[in-house]
Amino acid sequence: MKGLPAHWRLLPQRYNLIGSYCKNCSGRFFPQRSICPDCRRTGSMEEFKFSGKGEIYSYTVIRAPPQGFDYQVPYVIAIVKMDEGPFITTQIVDCNPEDVEIGKRVETVFRKVIADGESGIIRYGYKFRLTD
Amino acid sequence: MSVGIVGYGAYLPRYRIKTDEIARVWGKDPESVKKGLGVYEKTVPNLDEDAATIAVEASRNALLHSGIKPADIGAIYAGSESPPYAVKPTATIVGAAIEATPELTAADLEFACKAGTAAIQCCMGLVEAERIKFGLAVGSDTSQGMPGDILEYTASAGGAAFIIGKENLIAEIKDTHSFTTDTPDFWRREGEEFPKHGARFTGEPAYFKHVINCSKRIMERNKLSPKDFKYVVFHQPNGRFPLKAAKILGFDQEQIKPGLLTPWIGNTYSGSTLLGLVRILDEATEGDLILATSYGSGAGSDSFIIEVTKENEKRKNSKPLQSFIDRKDYVDYAVYAKLKGKIKGVKLEK
Ligand SMILES: [Zn+2]
Repeated sequence: MKGLPAHWRLLPQRYNLIGSYCKNCSGRFFPQRSICPDCRRTGSMEEFKFSGKGEIYSYTVIRAPPQGFDYQVPYVIAIVKMDEGPFITTQIVDCNPEDVEIGKRVETVFRKVIADGESGIIRYGYKFRLTD
Repeated sequence: MSVGIVGYGAYLPRYRIKTDEIARVWGKDPESVKKGLGVYEKTVPNLDEDAATIAVEASRNALLHSGIKPADIGAIYAGSESPPYAVKPTATIVGAAIEATPELTAADLEFACKAGTAAIQCCMGLVEAERIKFGLAVGSDTSQGMPGDILEYTASAGGAAFIIGKENLIAEIKDTHSFTTDTPDFWRREGEEFPKHGARFTGEPAYFKHVINCSKRIMERNKLSPKDFKYVVFHQPNGRFPLKAAKILGFDQEQIKPGLLTPWIGNTYSGSTLLGLVRILDEATEGDLILATSYGSGAGSDSFIIEVTKENEKRKNSKPLQSFIDRKDYVDYAVYAKLKGKIKGVKLEK
């Protein structure tokens, strides 16, 4: 049950890719920031929902997984460049690792990320898949 | 204008297993299984998919199709017989994932394979009473069949979502009727992993009695007969039952075939009738009349008479069901057993 409050606080980010937009410099940020790193004190941040579309910037195939991901190997973790600019590190699902290539289009999906054992909370959130 | 469908969305997992592959493992003749059930392959959810993730995907597609603001949704009813939590509503997860929270009511519904159509009825009532502007009704499942049991060939995964309202309708729901009895045809006790079926009760006293009576009553009440409908869709526990029900009622193959999906996706339980309806709405044109009748074991049926409006052609769904049916990869029985958590000693959720 570790980190339950943190998970709950991050639901908008994890469910709906809610990040930040700076009204001063039009910068977009994910995850959410409270202060614009470029404008500092003159910046003015508001919530921004990312479209969930982007392309593979880089990726790696996980064969020695962390606990909880044991039965998903081999799976792909990618850095996706979102259409709005920011990069996001995410799992690419429903594909064979050999299908993934740098530059391929991806879109967000809603998946189970990890469960706290059989009786704990199920943490849902974003992952991505290759666009048809 | 009266109550109806403002938008709809579907979702099917990517993976499939063929009837031949399941039959091979249990030493059955695949041709006779396929002939007997009328099912050639079924969907298989990935390790990270469950009835909640499927409900979210279908609801997001419905929201996209409807073009409405999520904050205008006043009720979410999520129907499933395989919710990920025994206590913690799937409807809350859906609500948050489509940004419809917090000003709404939400609840999970359970009635074997007909919880999704019951959800539509709940939304219709609230919309008609003008308690809410829009309601979201979802049916989704990742159903389980006991290994080697006949249900293993059909129990699959998928879901559909409908946004019910009064404005901008792609189809008007002219009437709804239900037929409910206490029938022991299929059940699962709390804490049990697999369902049981009272074999003697499947078929005549269960599926056919409810589907046929419910369909007859709603047609009689509206002074309509099978020839008045362009399409008909029934719950699809296999590929045979709906065809037989259609024949008994006097519908022909052209009316039932467009919405008959079980041969290629299996029985998606709470998603079954709804996905058949989605498939029909994907192609229907103005003035087409649809009869939809669900069936849930235990037992009951909900019937709907639906008339398609001009808006359905103007506002085509950008994610038609066929795109989900065509997007597929096959797995063998071993991988299927792993994905469904059927391998002894393997605890998938750490
Ligand atoms: Zn700035």
